[in-house]
Amino acid sequence: MKVHKIFAWIAITIGAIYFFVPLIGTFEFSLRMRRGVYSFDAYQSVFTDAQFRATFGFSMLMALVTIVVGMLLIVPTAYWVRLRLPQMRPVVEFITLLPLVIPAIVIVFGYLRLYNSSSWIPFTGSTQGTNILLTFSYVTLALPYMYRSVDTAMRTIDVRTLTEAAEILGAKWPTIMFRCIFPNVMSGVLSGAFITFAIVMGEFTMAALLNRPAFGPYLQLVGANKAYEPSALAVIAFAITWLSMGLIQLVSRFGKLSPARP
Amino acid sequence: MTTASTSFIDRRTVIDWLGIVPFMVFALAFLIVPTLYLIVGAFFNPAGEFTFQNIVDLFSPSILSAYWISIRVSVASALGGALIGFFLAWAVVLGGVPSWIRSSLLTFSGVASNFAGVPLAFAFLATLGRTGLVTVFMRDWFGFNLYSTGFNLLSFFGLTITYMFFQIPLMVLILTPALDGLKKEWREASEILGASSWQYWRMVVLPILWPSLMGATLLLFANAFGAIATAFALTGASLNIVPILLYAQIRGDVLHNPNLGYALALGMIVITGISNILYIWLRSRAERWQK
Repeated sequence: MKVHKIFAWIAITIGAIYFFVPLIGTFEFSLRMRRGVYSFDAYQSVFTDAQFRATFGFSMLMALVTIVVGMLLIVPTAYWVRLRLPQMRPVVEFITLLPLVIPAIVIVFGYLRLYNSSSWIPFTGSTQGTNILLTFSYVTLALPYMYRSVDTAMRTIDVRTLTEAAEILGAKWPTIMFRCIFPNVMSGVLSGAFITFAIVMGEFTMAALLNRPAFGPYLQLVGANKAYEPSALAVIAFAITWLSMGLIQLVSRFGKLSPARP
Repeated sequence: MTTASTSFIDRRTVIDWLGIVPFMVFALAFLIVPTLYLIVGAFFNPAGEFTFQNIVDLFSPSILSAYWISIRVSVASALGGALIGFFLAWAVVLGGVPSWIRSSLLTFSGVASNFAGVPLAFAFLATLGRTGLVTVFMRDWFGFNLYSTGFNLLSFFGLTITYMFFQIPLMVLILTPALDGLKKEWREASEILGASSWQYWRMVVLPILWPSLMGATLLLFANAFGAIATAFALTGASLNIVPILLYAQIRGDVLHNPNLGYALALGMIVITGISNILYIWLRSRAERWQK
């Protein structure tokens, strides 16, 4: 009994070292910019960089648009599949898992061949078109996470009864969708949204190959050219991921308390 | 009357199917067709004739070495991540440590498994790079120069331990529920029958757990195989793994044959595809015991 407890603590210690040393190392490194003393100069240098603000803002906006577009696509689909097309469930689920199987770089390679400026649908022919394509690429990347969180939330409500009740009360489908279904799967929508936010903020491959000024390629550029700022940026990026995951936990906790469970 | 009702049913069926049209169109346009385009393109030459030459050309030394190093990094980081992740999951489920450690480990794993990409490379450069915290600490306190041992973060070994930072938490997240599924009664039953602890693990736990273990390791492998951002930020183009070679090919046709680029992408899909199919198959076997 004693022996395996000791082993357990050894495992925990190794894990803790593996997880915390790089984080401490990064934080310590980010404070080293001024020679001899610890300072927040690297952070100041990052925050005053106009390019940081521009790319951070661009990726934020992209994340928000991705979340809205993705949810408008996924919530009605998940609802419809549950209500009317249960036989299509395995197919839809399989499709939503595909982005985990096909590497992102392969997907964007396909876009560049299929939607270049000399093709039928020249998305990459204009800045606006490329932004739209980038949004769709992010929706694709987020598909597995969004669909799973929405579908899990939908499992706990009875979509059929809710829909029939709304229909009896004379609701048209936009009312059913936005005032009945969406509010009831809000916890799923929000946790899908936060994980999408974390993915889009750090995404590199799509933005770099589509040549858009997003946060990921900016990080890579700073990493190649500066010494201390990358560590400060890594700390910021870790904080964003931590914040997103923390919000998911918070939302799922509130989700259990919320009413309207038939 | 009957015709009216059948046409009504038909209309309903049509409406039913119309409901998932937006999703299907999206999936076709931004996921399936772009991928198929590359797969089909891998079997044609630039002149538009059907050929297997691109597939044959994948086996040239330079491309083969890129696949080989990618596979080695993915296997090593998957095995390392699986091993440490297994012991961590075991420690919090069966090791008898306080429950707050379990909940903090699971929360942290949720964050760390999503902390990949460029910032992860920065974190390891700041820790194990030439002026990183650990490197400097070992030099100043123990007089031990890490880099004189031939260690280099910008190498196979460096990339492997960097990848393990997100591989270990992923393993913890997948294996904790599997270990939770081991019933107390099984242990008690085997003890009553006179089994030693070793026999219990070898003859009861391992047969139940191996699909989960194998499946999770395969998922970790595929996860590392498709990753590019960390490696790109860590090593630039110096470590020639497949995603970086493909990146260079997309940027500037370094292989001097666009269709060979498609074949390179096809190779990646085949490798990640096979490991995912095996993972799904093994997971369905593992779930039999988790009910």
